[in-house]
Amino acid sequence: MHPTDADIIIVGGGPAGMAAAITAAKGGAKTVLLERGDFCGTKNMFGGAIYTAPTLEIYPDFIQEAPLERGLTRHSYALLGKQDGTIISYDNPKKSEYYDAYSVFRPKWDRWCAKKAEEAGAYIVPQILVEDLIKEDRKFCGIKTKDEEYRAKVIILADGVNSLLAKKHNLRPDIKPENVALSVKQTLSLPKEKIEDRFNLAETNGAVYTIMGGPMLEMTGLGFIYTNIDSISIGLGISLQDLNAAQKPPYEFLEELKNHPSIKPLIKDAEIKEYSAHLIPEGGWKKIPKLYHDGLMIVGDAAMLVNNVHWEGTNLAMFSGKYAAMTALEAIKKNDFSKNTLKLYKKMLEDSFVLKDLYSYRNVMNSIENNSKAFLGYYPQKINEFMETFTATDNIPKREKYRKFIIKALKERNLIKLASDGVKIAKIAGDAIL
Amino acid sequence: MNIDNLLAKVKYKPDNQSHLLPDNNICKTCNNRVCEYICPAKVYEWNEENKKLEVLFENCLECGACKISCPYKAIDWKYPKPNKGITFKDS
Repeated sequence: MHPTDADIIIVGGGPAGMAAAITAAKGGAKTVLLERGDFCGTKNMFGGAIYTAPTLEIYPDFIQEAPLERGLTRHSYALLGKQDGTIISYDNPKKSEYYDAYSVFRPKWDRWCAKKAEEAGAYIVPQILVEDLIKEDRKFCGIKTKDEEYRAKVIILADGVNSLLAKKHNLRPDIKPENVALSVKQTLSLPKEKIEDRFNLAETNGAVYTIMGGPMLEMTGLGFIYTNIDSISIGLGISLQDLNAAQKPPYEFLEELKNHPSIKPLIKDAEIKEYSAHLIPEGGWKKIPKLYHDGLMIVGDAAMLVNNVHWEGTNLAMFSGKYAAMTALEAIKKNDFSKNTLKLYKKMLEDSFVLKDLYSYRNVMNSIENNSKAFLGYYPQKINEFMETFTATDNIPKREKYRKFIIKALKERNLIKLASDGVKIAKIAGDAIL
Repeated sequence: MNIDNLLAKVKYKPDNQSHLLPDNNICKTCNNRVCEYICPAKVYEWNEENKKLEVLFENCLECGACKISCPYKAIDWKYPKPNKGITFKDS
């Protein structure tokens, strides 16, 4: 088949694009996916882990077949001071034959997904860079590469966070530094047994760390560690706005995190295997662009569909791709590719966790950004100072020590501010629950 | 950590032309050059002698941070040609 015969052209072979390709091909549409990398996944990175429940919706066989690393059973939350740290861990042993989430490498995982999309009947064409969209009579109807034009009834734009095509056609507002985080990551080789010993893991089990503070104190940023079979992924993501203000390169923050006393022993003697960087959409619900146009739908990171609070992106991407493809199939059935039919895509997202969750969390990022000095500076430090006071045995009467701690804490942040922080946190919680 | 040691761990297929084109007329007048420290691959370096922003585009990790960070929108940022640029393996 020549791509000119396509019903649907999908631009970009990440989780959103490939979920769209599989759904469309299974539904009988002639589907072509174009990817700029050598193969799907080579330009992609994330923390990271994929989540079992949403992934099973698209890839029912992935647990048996896909290149998975470890099943995540241990979730640790590290609140780091400058040199000290308070870490709590939650162990959730495997309850069924599945783990709830698995660490994976995107180049391997995405490549496997592409194979499944091909098995479903989609044409996956790597090493093609789409340079423009074709628009006629105000309708999107095809794409342009350097030398050729291909036409289709529907275009699904899955070209990632930078979406140059959306930008070119003013399909979404210009991204500002406060709307994205820059993530850098190192993959570090470490023998399997050492990983299991250091992270207290049974064989095949895995650990994930969410890290606050440390080198990122007072900044809107989080660090992460994921264990793989014989390597560790360690990285951080910091708001581009805060990074610009800090005037310090992102890899230096990561180096400081690796050298933090709470983290350093975990990665001792681990060799750097790979270094990578990627932007993460951070704008949330308020920055979601118009999701459908005549002849075109936008999915995944290109549509800013990321839930930062829970580190969810691939699941929102996959579901958005799936719903866009279901909508395209409906449009083919009705032979109507206008906004009027494609608006079904938005309706499906609204009825699902994708837009429901993003709506619930619509104020969280703003609130954290505006209060990062308190939420990601003062409180992590106070928790560590309290732990220092609580754990020290030093011949000073306890009462005296607690009083000292409270007086110092109030000096740095008065009762009115503390109360106002409480109100802000209550408002965030209220948005999510009520 | 020397950034060169990190970049040595990344697999690239370099192009012979830059996909990153800063407008040097704007760069000349820029007084903060956020690109010099925001880039995770240290692609940009101001050459004071030649009054020119040097671009080590071969090291680009294709993240897009420079394009968004530049307050003057002075960087014409494209993806490298297909078959060029980074190929991640374990990320």
